Amino acid sequence: MEYFEIFKEAFGNLTINKLRTGLAVLGIVIGIGSVIALISLGQSSQKSVENQIQSLGANLLTVIPGAQSSGGVRGASGGNTTLTLDDALSMKISADVPDISDVSPEYSSRSQVVAGGSNSNTQVTGVYPQYQTIHKVYLSDGVFFTQSDIDSLARVAVIGPTTATNLFGDSLGALGQTIRVNGQSLTVVGVTVSKGGTGFSNPDDAIYVPLSTAMKVLFGSTHISTISVEAKTADVMTQAQDEVGYFLLKRHNITDPASADFTIFSQNDILSTASSVTGTFTALLGGVAAISLLVGGIGIMNIMLVTVTERTREIGLRKALGAKRKIIITQFLIEATLLTALGGFFGMILGIGISYVLSLIMTLPFTVSPTSVLLAIGVSGGIGILFGWYPARKAAALQPIEALRYE
Amino acid sequence: MINVTHLSKIYRTELLETVALSDVTFNIKKGEFVAIMGPSGSGKSTLMHILGALDRPTSGSYVLDGQNVENLSDDDLADIRNQKIGFIFQAFNLLPRTTALKNVMLPMSYAGIEKEEREKRARKYLEMVGLKDRMNHTSGQLSGGQQQRVAIARGLAMNPAILLADEPTGNIASNQAEEIMAIFQKLNDDGHTVVMITHEPDIAEHAKRILHVKDGKLVRDEIIKKRRIAKK
Repeated sequence: MEYFEIFKEAFGNLTINKLRTGLAVLGIVIGIGSVIALISLGQSSQKSVENQIQSLGANLLTVIPGAQSSGGVRGASGGNTTLTLDDALSMKISADVPDISDVSPEYSSRSQVVAGGSNSNTQVTGVYPQYQTIHKVYLSDGVFFTQSDIDSLARVAVIGPTTATNLFGDSLGALGQTIRVNGQSLTVVGVTVSKGGTGFSNPDDAIYVPLSTAMKVLFGSTHISTISVEAKTADVMTQAQDEVGYFLLKRHNITDPASADFTIFSQNDILSTASSVTGTFTALLGGVAAISLLVGGIGIMNIMLVTVTERTREIGLRKALGAKRKIIITQFLIEATLLTALGGFFGMILGIGISYVLSLIMTLPFTVSPTSVLLAIGVSGGIGILFGWYPARKAAALQPIEALRYE
Repeated sequence: MINVTHLSKIYRTELLETVALSDVTFNIKKGEFVAIMGPSGSGKSTLMHILGALDRPTSGSYVLDGQNVENLSDDDLADIRNQKIGFIFQAFNLLPRTTALKNVMLPMSYAGIEKEEREKRARKYLEMVGLKDRMNHTSGQLSGGQQQRVAIARGLAMNPAILLADEPTGNIASNQAEEIMAIFQKLNDDGHTVVMITHEPDIAEHAKRILHVKDGKLVRDEIIKKRRIAKK
């Protein structure tokens, strides 16, 4: 008996009791739909986190003062004073660090900022002009600093859009206004484009000033708090990290790398940490959804068992007319698989629809991973075979006389 | 065609043993029309199941069309039923919601016959039982007599060694029963071997020979001198 005919017959049988078929399929639709939607949601948030980290600058190494750990005790980040502006400037021109393309020395401190009647506690960062290119800072208004602003200790500031709103009500009127930091007046010469993001180190709530101004005029510091180093390409991140490390060890006259007085973070480390966190999150969501898929599968098994009981006489007749075990098993397996495949198809549409709506509501990038779709279709087919197997075997094992007698 | 030797069937449960058939021996030759008759509980249904390869005897041998049937596997028995036996049941047992044509084609599809050939043969046999203009009716749209005629066409489809009918007229009106008997007699005249199980004497008298079964034993083997001829 050809498979196509069995298939057609199975389809016909499913249309006899449409409500029951529909409810059985619904279980799979919800299962597959939630698997796809939740995995897509997880992957969207993963992508969004990665995008945000990437937007802070590409191929970035961050050097901060202080040992990774000293005798098991780690000092507060930025609490040490071991990095100097000369470290950064000499690194930039050194031949020992061939795999880096740019260096940005930075000094940052949180400070109370006042403008007119408003005030705000904001991160104030002293920077060099290359900060703009390394950290991908774009201006919606005005201009960034130049080397001459650094040289002349210019009293100017570029502020983030959130800061502008906090201080001036909206970001449009900020240009040319005066803000006061630590008692010193600064003129706003630029406003940055929003990067999005929240929390303690929000790039939109920031004030940038020339590094020399920050160190000498505002905070009176002799050291810097961060050196951001840009590697030439993503492939040489590791080499660049080693080169920067050995360069600074040499400058600081330290022979044992274990006692280094600075720490280098690679952006890759941060990315992979963030990815593994969101990855775990995705797996958790998928796992929860998989449970509903399992419940759907049990529903299919239940319906198939009812069907086998209802059609006992028919099975007996088929066996009496010469149907072998294999044909009966195939017939019921195809019926079960057809149910779950239908569920898988509609579940896929539902899942993609839900993840689209969620991406709109939560302003996440809309991603549907082809693997999750393939997985869902494969799994739904597999569930048909898995949960259809027992009822199908039960049908095939019926003795024809018993089955023919059944009322 | 059928050689049954010392055939016994005993049903055993934990508490008791029921002898359904005990030491039954008979032969049926090709071209015969035999009725197996007996009251209910006589063992005729058990005999029919064994003759139809639906069940295995406890002991004894059963040779159908030159082949020993008593110890075959389930799938081999399915082949025997498909190839050598045309079943006609008391309750017709047609597939519901399925046309007469498709019902007759079913056993041929299990034999792996090509679709065109299946349909050609199904049409031929349905015409033979007088259902030329009912081929696309589903079982629910046919009367009892018509359904039984579809079942006869289905039984003939594989050109089996024997037609095995179990109370073929038990569920239909008496005038239609007469038509079914007429078909059996015509098929038998054409050379088909027919074995019919019944408890009604006037139905059994349409056969040429009656095997009387009682209490699991074959009590009388009667040749009908002047058989009843069904009105067409």
